[in-house]
Parts: sequence; C-alpha cells; structure tokens
Amino acid sequence: MTETCPPRRRWRLPQGAAPAIALVPAALITLVCFYLFIGWTFAISLTDSRLLPNWEFIGLEQYRRLFASSRWWTALENLGLYAVLFIGGCTLLGYLLAILIDRGVRAEGVYRTIFMLPLSMSFVVTGIIWQWMLNPGLGIQQAVRGLGFEEFAFNWLVRADRAIFTVALAGIWQQVGLCMALFLAGLRGIDPNIWKAARVDGIPTWRVYLDIVTPMLKATFFTSTILLFSLAVKSFDLVVALTGGGPGFSSDLPARFVMEHILTRQELGLGAAGAFVMLCTIAAVVAPYLYLQNRRGAA
Amino acid sequence: MNAMRRGALYLMLTVAALAVLFPLLVMLSTSLKPLDEVTNGSLFALPQDPTLDAWRKAWGSACISGQCSGLSVWFANSFAIVIPALFGSLALGAITGYALSLRSSRWSDLLFAALLIGLFIPPQVTLYPMIVLVREMGLFGSLPGLVFVHLVWGLAFVTLLFRNFFLSVPRDLLKSARVDGAGFLATFWYVLLPLSLPVAAVALVLQFTYIWNDFLLGLTFAGPGRQPVTVALNTLAGSQFGAQEHNVNMAATVIAALPTILVYFLSGRLFVRGIAAGAVKG
Repeated sequence: MTETCPPRRRWRLPQGAAPAIALVPAALITLVCFYLFIGWTFAISLTDSRLLPNWEFIGLEQYRRLFASSRWWTALENLGLYAVLFIGGCTLLGYLLAILIDRGVRAEGVYRTIFMLPLSMSFVVTGIIWQWMLNPGLGIQQAVRGLGFEEFAFNWLVRADRAIFTVALAGIWQQVGLCMALFLAGLRGIDPNIWKAARVDGIPTWRVYLDIVTPMLKATFFTSTILLFSLAVKSFDLVVALTGGGPGFSSDLPARFVMEHILTRQELGLGAAGAFVMLCTIAAVVAPYLYLQNRRGAA
Repeated sequence: MNAMRRGALYLMLTVAALAVLFPLLVMLSTSLKPLDEVTNGSLFALPQDPTLDAWRKAWGSACISGQCSGLSVWFANSFAIVIPALFGSLALGAITGYALSLRSSRWSDLLFAALLIGLFIPPQVTLYPMIVLVREMGLFGSLPGLVFVHLVWGLAFVTLLFRNFFLSVPRDLLKSARVDGAGFLATFWYVLLPLSLPVAAVALVLQFTYIWNDFLLGLTFAGPGRQPVTVALNTLAGSQFGAQEHNVNMAATVIAALPTILVYFLSGRLFVRGIAAGAVKG
C-alpha cells in the first residue's frame, strides 16, 4: 500500500473539505428528492390541481373528497385486511419454518434456499403465476374438479368479496422466506444454555418455544412486523399484476388508487392527498420503531 | 418415538417446500405445453409432449404494445437500465457511506438520519415531483432519466450498507493510511474499497434484484419502447380478458424471472445477508 501512495506532499484541500464535497450529491438528493418533494406533495394536496399542478389553495377539501370516496374506503379496508393476513400469515408460517429448520435438520441449506427463492422474483412475476393458478376456468379449481370433485370451488380471483384474499395468498407465498430468515437468525442467537437448562428441568420442547424462546424474540417479531407493514402499504405491483384491483375496484389498494389518480385520472390533488395519507400510515408505525431503536442504542 | 418425531419434522418441511415450489413447477410445466394441452388438459398434468414453441414465441414473436418482436427487446431494455443504475448506485452509496463513516460531526449525523427516510417513503409520495424534476432535466422518458431515478431510490439502502461496514473498519488502519500520505480518495480507493468487497457483493446482488424487479419506476419514467421486462410482462400476461395464450405467458414469466433467480442461486448466502437490511425498501 505504501508504494501506491506517493510520499511527497501534494497540494491538499483544507482538512475535512474532501468528505464534505463527497457528501454533496447525497445531501442534494436527500434535501430535494426526499424532503422538498414530500413538502411539495403535501402542498399540492391542499390545492385543486387536476391534470397539472396549480396553486389555488382550497384547504383540506381534497382530504374531504378522499374520505368521502367509497373507492378510497374500499382501498383502505382492503389494506387493513391485506396487512393483517399478510403480516399474520408470514409471521406464523415463517416462525414455524424457522423453528422446524432450527431443530437441526440435515440439508438445512436446501430447505432455506427453497423457502427464500420467491423473494428473488418480482411481484409482477408472482402476480402472474398466481393469476394463472387461480384462473377459475383452467387453474386449480378446474384441475381439482377434473380429479372427480365436481363441486370444488376456488374462484376467489373473480369474486369481489374474496379477491383481496388472493393478493394476501400470493404476498405470503413471496415473502414467507423473509420472515423465516429473520426468525432463524433470531433463534440462532439464543444462548444454548437456556436449552440445556430447560432439558435438565424436563420442560417439553414446545413449552420452551412458547414460553421462553418466543418472548426472547420480541425484537425480531417487532422488526419483521415493521418490514412487512411497510411492504403492505407500498404493495402496488402485486395487485396490478394479479387482480388489476378488480373485479371492479374490489381488491384495490391505496398504492394503486394513488397511482391511478395521479397518472391517468388527472386528479393530482386528490392523488397527492392519498399519497400523503400513505406516508402518514407508514410514519405512524415506523417512527416509534426508529425512536425505540435509537433509545436502545443510546442506553 | 424420536425417529417418529424426526420423521414428522422432515415431512412438514418437505410439504412446505413442495407448497413453495408448486407454483413454480406449474409455471414451468405450462410453459412447455402446446396450447391445446393447456386449454383442454389439467393444470396438474405434466406436459405430454414437451415443446419449446411457447418459449420461442414468448422470446421472439409475441405481440406486446403493438410490437410483435417478443420479450427479447424488453429483456435487453432491462439490462440497459440495470447495468448503469447498478454501478452508479453502488459508487454513490459507497462514497457517501465512506464520507459518513469518517468522522461524526453534527452535520454528517444529521444527514445520515435524514437520509434514512429514503428507506420508507412510498414511491407514490415523491413520484409526481420527481417526474417534474426529470422533465426539467430534459431526461423524461429516456434511459439516463430512469437510471437517475434508480440512483435516488437506491441511495438510502446502499449508503446504509456501506456506512455500517466502514464503521467496523479499525480506525488505526485509516490513521496509518494517513501517516503514509494517503488523502481522502486514496484511502478510499487503496485501503477501504478492497476491504469492502464482501459488502459490495451484497449490495450488488440486492440492487440487481431490486432494479431488475422494479415495475413502478419503469412504468412511469421509461417512456414508450424503453420499458423494462416487468412492464412488458404485465402488458402481455397481466390482462385476464381476451384469448390468452397461457403457455406463452408462462414462458415469458420464466424468462423475466430467470436473471434474478440465477443471481439468487449464484450468490448463495450474500442474498440472505442483504435481504433483511434491504427488505424495508420493498
């Protein structure tokens, strides 16, 4: 290393100037593309902008219109249902898989690789695969009927009251490996002496998991819930590729509602209001998390 | 008794693995069937007469947005987007992470904290002003415009990865580099960068996966004819209406998914290491 750096004194920038210059692009992006843009979107949500931004301020009128819209409420209710199913499903299944793998199976890597494989694929790919599987005319429903179960019905994709469940199903399939990986890392971090002590005391394995290990993984549950919630609020590609928000608007999600109103419905102000509500939803969950993380770090 | 429990353990894991693999096997098997076998046969049946016709059509002649040259064009678009966006975002993230890790001043701490919001902002929130900015730069609907947008969206994640890694490098190493006369950039280039190959590999794998899989930004910023393969795939196969050639759709889906699946298998543990850090990005 010494040979590559010439020892002679060269002209130098003042102390500390070089790192400051290196931070200029990131600082500009942060300031403009994150904070200024959030402020811009909030400001636009207070105007009656349609196709193009204009600065006629009309107060909270767009928010009133937004929450008077039954389509927005459908999207919000869907998000609630989707988030509960998606987070619950990923957490339960992911934790269960992590526990099974942690029991010391052979070929652990093979199982882990399989469970995480869908994570490497795009939500569009996932949506299209599941759209095909759930196709009522040619998919699982028809195939099971072909096996002799003539009455078998699994047509959720085309049922307005069930379509959002198919989005949750596909979402869980794609992300369950993420939870498994997080919980597996958590389980591996548990002091082996706890297991030894439990064995000496003759506590059955399932009780150890339920009463001792699970409470110890509180932080992992917390982290994975935050991650999945943030994914759920941002879910756009999956619902576009799987149901297109349909039938009708029955499986719409806020992320799709906002995109449509900003880009194709010429309702920029309304879309901006929806986007700001999305941001607040995420902030309401993530901000306490970051705060607690920081405090833990400081303590 | 113990043997039975082990048996149950493997049984459950195998069932779960098959459940995860099942949709992928259906995708592959459908893509290898001729169309009449798809429309008249069972989803569960393996191809009786495997053929690559659907693959050929999906790659070379399927009609997408009125252009009947198959997925190959869009596949090439994706590479044209991924390669510059990948290296650009790694370079920017690495230098930013390095500068942030050097010495904590009030300003750099503030910048780092402020930067982290980039992990959580839903793209919808900053989408429209970003369109305006990219248009003002004269880059809307162009490749450099989309690459720029990817740089912005990847910045927080890549910077976080590199900063955390550089913080773990012993300070003495930096001091001795300084004593040897290395400045800011020389220290970065000759001392830190060679050390950071493992974390750079994690960032490379994850960013490749994210950028390749991106749909929303490509849809909005790429401009007609320049969209990535995910957008083309959704145009081809996303519609539930009309006569769909499901075997061609499934072949197209495999093709669009192959690069990230390959990277996943080649990268092994790197993917696992990065995924938790990157999952917040979505």
